[in-house]
Amino acid sequence: MTMPLTGPLLSVEDLVVEHRTPGRPVVRAVAGASLRVAAGEVVGLVGESGCGKSTLARAVCGLHGTASGRILVGGHPVTPLGLRRRDPALSGVQMVFQDPYSSLNPRRRVGTQIADGLRTAGDTATSPADLLERVGLPRAFAGRYPHEFSGGQRQRVAIARALAARPSLLIGDEPISALDASAQAQVARLMRDLAVESGAGLLFISHDLSVVRLIADRIAVMYLGKVVETGPTAEVWADPRHPYTRALLAAIPSPDGAGVLPAELPGDVPDPADPPAGCRFHPRCPFAMDVCREREPDFGPVACWLHQPEPSTLS
Amino acid sequence: MSAALTIEGLRVSIGGHDVLHGVDLSLEAGRVHGLAGESGSGKTMTGLAVLGLLPHGSRSSGRIEFGGRDLLEMPARELNEVRGAKIAMVFQDPSTSLHPMLTVGRQLTEHMRHHLRLGRNEARERAAGLLAKVRIPGPEEALKRYPHQFSGGMRQRIAIAVALACEPEVLIADEPTTALDVTVQAGILRLLRGLCDDLGLAVLLVTHDLGVMSAVADEVSVMKDGLVVETGTRGQVLREPRHPYTRSLLDALPVPPGENSP
Repeated sequence: MTMPLTGPLLSVEDLVVEHRTPGRPVVRAVAGASLRVAAGEVVGLVGESGCGKSTLARAVCGLHGTASGRILVGGHPVTPLGLRRRDPALSGVQMVFQDPYSSLNPRRRVGTQIADGLRTAGDTATSPADLLERVGLPRAFAGRYPHEFSGGQRQRVAIARALAARPSLLIGDEPISALDASAQAQVARLMRDLAVESGAGLLFISHDLSVVRLIADRIAVMYLGKVVETGPTAEVWADPRHPYTRALLAAIPSPDGAGVLPAELPGDVPDPADPPAGCRFHPRCPFAMDVCREREPDFGPVACWLHQPEPSTLS
Repeated sequence: MSAALTIEGLRVSIGGHDVLHGVDLSLEAGRVHGLAGESGSGKTMTGLAVLGLLPHGSRSSGRIEFGGRDLLEMPARELNEVRGAKIAMVFQDPSTSLHPMLTVGRQLTEHMRHHLRLGRNEARERAAGLLAKVRIPGPEEALKRYPHQFSGGMRQRIAIAVALACEPEVLIADEPTTALDVTVQAGILRLLRGLCDDLGLAVLLVTHDLGVMSAVADEVSVMKDGLVVETGTRGQVLREPRHPYTRSLLDALPVPPGENSP
């Protein structure tokens, strides 16, 4: 349950995850990404679809093998999920998936599915109904089947199931994108409140920047398999430094009634099987310089040649 | 300017359940009319009613006037002449609204050949022109490809090209950018606005995103529980809403208006 913590709860270092399909070139979905999540912290991971956000989350859960790099949860390296029982130290990583229509077993009552999580944590005091109550559903719903719920309610059930295992790290992989607009902010807030309340870290993945802004303490922006900028949410929002972060934020239309069309980021995300040389963003970057075409900026917190840290601070 | 399409007192009930309780809307050529509201408020049903695509077992009354005729009273045969040709629709999810097993060229030319009675080659030429208009790179080659070979944003552009093929007067866009990334959304919104201005289309833009609404719509109507509660110009509705429901929608935004940067 609670582990003695030295350093961050989750630390991802130089992670590389590859998708291999016979007869096709190897796709590096995650190409050297680094990320940290502290206990009780909410980190929002944002980026366009296809940038490797979900693959990173699945690797952290052990649902996908890694090609190189390290993933440590509470000091324990994450091993790929196998047929045998998981190392108890790793059962503290729980995930809420994107689509609540496919992530719940349609043939089992939600109460028994939540009880699975309780059993994992060895918790005999809590009942599934208690957890339903915590996510804002009536206690009596434990005897129902998933098809009796709406999308938003199902996602609450999925969150209850994840919480039942007493996670130290909760991962939400686009948990709100399949929900109605009115339910999105509610479910996102609920996840944040429950994670922070129980002292767990939350890695919240979404392409909806306005919701991430609402709930995250820190933002990590991902582009084509790399984290290009990290920083406190308010800071990144007020002063985005990486040209890609700027383009992302500028593309959000503002509901001010002024009729201003949002700025367009020209071009498409390049094929991850054949990423451009140098900085991965340079073909679409309005500030691309010569150095951007040749060398990849592999430093943080802003991976851009415009924001190269001083040599003394570069470790 | 005269109205391209007028909806008066539209009521729809499905299985004895009233979903629309008298909707009034009017679309003008060259203008984007935004229709906002929560899910379940009847936005999509209004769009579907115009095209006569309501689900089976639904009853509708009221008047949808287009070109001097009431679409609700029109026999199915004549309605088929109108939809796809004079009134077109773009759906929310381009990965399901395009046929996965037909080439883009086939999907773009089929209805042109039917409605406009064009020959194969003529239709193909026009289709390539349309793809260029919605800014698909390499339109000639794109005609031979299948939808899965394009990204989400490109697919939505193709869906828009399909809708525009027969030069419609009215375009109904039902949440056209909801399934897309913000950067791609920006491009699609610019495209819609440009097409509306250049071709003099009357666009009904159904969306729950007030930011999208603010970016492209000229007039905005807000729906709640099957009724239009407020209609006005974009600036008026979003800045000085008169109805408390519109106020509450604006207050519920995760990012309060005017705080967006940069």
